[in-house]
Amino acid sequence: MNSFLSIISITLMYSAPLIFSALGGVISERSGVINIGIEGMMVTGAFWATFTCCFTNNPWLGFLIGGISGSLLALFHAIASVFLKADQTISGVALNLIGPGLAFFFCGLLFDGKTATNPITNKLPKIFGNNNFISEFMGVLNVDITVVIALILTFVIWFFLYKTKWGLRVRAIGEHPVAADALGINVLKLRALCVIVSGFLAGLGGSSVTLTISSQFNQTSISGQGFIALAALIFGKWTPFGAYFACLFFGFSQALAINFGGYNFISPTLLSCLPYFFTLLALMFVGKSVSPKSNGIPYKKA
Amino acid sequence: MVELKIIVKTLKKPFPSLMFSILLGFSVSILILALTGYSPFEVIKSLLNGVFSKPKYISNVIIKSTPIILTGISVALAFKAGLFNIGAEGQFIAGSIASVAAGILFDLPAFFQILVVLFFGALFGALFGCLVGFLKSKFGIHEVISGIMLNWISLHICNFFVSLEMFHKPNSNNSFAIRETGYTDLKKSFSFLKNSSFSDILKTDINIGFFFAVILAILVAFLLNKTKNGYEIRAIGFNSKAAKFAGINIEKNIISVMLICGGISGLAASLTITGVSPHCVSILSGFENNGFNGLPVSLIAYNSPIGCIFSGLFFGILIYAGKSMQSELSTPSEIINIMIGIIVFFVSVAGIFPYLLEGIFKRRKKNE
Repeated sequence: MNSFLSIISITLMYSAPLIFSALGGVISERSGVINIGIEGMMVTGAFWATFTCCFTNNPWLGFLIGGISGSLLALFHAIASVFLKADQTISGVALNLIGPGLAFFFCGLLFDGKTATNPITNKLPKIFGNNNFISEFMGVLNVDITVVIALILTFVIWFFLYKTKWGLRVRAIGEHPVAADALGINVLKLRALCVIVSGFLAGLGGSSVTLTISSQFNQTSISGQGFIALAALIFGKWTPFGAYFACLFFGFSQALAINFGGYNFISPTLLSCLPYFFTLLALMFVGKSVSPKSNGIPYKKA
Repeated sequence: MVELKIIVKTLKKPFPSLMFSILLGFSVSILILALTGYSPFEVIKSLLNGVFSKPKYISNVIIKSTPIILTGISVALAFKAGLFNIGAEGQFIAGSIASVAAGILFDLPAFFQILVVLFFGALFGALFGCLVGFLKSKFGIHEVISGIMLNWISLHICNFFVSLEMFHKPNSNNSFAIRETGYTDLKKSFSFLKNSSFSDILKTDINIGFFFAVILAILVAFLLNKTKNGYEIRAIGFNSKAAKFAGINIEKNIISVMLICGGISGLAASLTITGVSPHCVSILSGFENNGFNGLPVSLIAYNSPIGCIFSGLFFGILIYAGKSMQSELSTPSEIINIMIGIIVFFVSVAGIFPYLLEGIFKRRKKNE
């Protein structure tokens, strides 16, 4: 029972940051812009969030600043890949160099040449508060608030994409931008907006790592989660709930690996392969995922 | 106005526009350094000094560039087939594990030992690459996902490998080094330099890797541009539907391209293991970016294998200069990543510059 509960809580803990970033990817790629730069935006968000939280002691402000810094980085992606018709993969790769580069550069500058920020004293709250007198069962279910926010955001984005006029427009410009343009939708503006929102979400994802789990930003705070989110988004077939469950699945296999590690019948280092191995295995059965039709193609008005 | 036309025309060509992007990248990064309180002149001076002031430094740059030139070629070849080989990192790690294992387990005379180590490195890299191609063509799994997953799998296998009693060097984070018969350093061949002013080259891990990189770049360029298979690869990358219609077997080609790409990344690893001390693998807490750096190397070279030699060297210069700047001026070495990122960014948007200029040109004409 105990290990069962701990698996659930680890699953939720691991998946929350991924969900934010994968949702960002959904928005951007549904509008037709590939976002390889999610990793860079997560690192950016994680650093500026921790920085803000260090100096203001307000994790919520940090969370917000993390998102905003991610969207500022995404702004460059939007300018390059939407307005200047750059190859979206290339400008994404560039952002993965620039974002972390700037984050570590300023980290060294603002924290006396150290490669890590000071630890934050005030983390984002848990859903039942930080009190210790609740029962063990409740203690396990007392997950970070970001877990709940991630779930709510998934609903919101699903509702937005499938139930609102603007969501239809976003999907339209990702499938057939010429037709959407003929209907009077400003393809370029809407795509740019989607990329910026995606940066905001990836920034939130990055900040939720440092503001709830690690409480400090260093070189390894974000190491590849952005790419995992990218994989989750494709695994989830470019839908909000698909991405949500793909992230949950990934978190779950991570939790299994950690839990089995305690029994010592397989080397724990080999067990760390499990999440990645399971994902590949699952993908073999899920079958081919088809991207939005115009994903990756810059829109040029004739 | 004639001059402007010439500028527009030149900027449409790849090489001048690349130079323009590099210039912009340099200017922006030096501006960032200047704004944060470092003197631009000092920065440029230490950058040049750190790379060109001693033969030793140049030798080190070449050594540092060799693996990323090769992974760059691997990425470039995949790009030509329309594939994004983000898995080069994992192929590199797989190659280095296999070469260390082979270098310890086999005990052959020098020449054969080297061949065996290189062979196993390339083989395991190729297996990892091939798996990506197989998953893509048989199960439709996007190469970016499988590449990323295999990167992590190979990282954890590497840590497992180092922890094995048979390979783990006691009281360290490393595996044992490979047998000395497997070393490919050229210190002996260059020992005639001992009394010349180039003698400090002998202090570096000068090795055969760079020659391999050049030969492979030429071979891959030949494969792409002069053979039937190369034509098929480029046709798939250019328009896969048309290629399929023309009777090209896409599935088979994807698998074989990824096999070669993986082999090249694996060879990059085994050349590093045989050529550069400490000749072993270590426990990895994160990626060492030998494969990931192949992406910008290839992109700066516009995915030309021959171009990768130069962009890899350029990249090597920047990485090495970044380190010497850090020790001399205590500038954070991340400025190099920022610089490379900005260059890649401008490379991605370079196509627009001539049209922007043309636009300004036309508007001005109208106003007149």
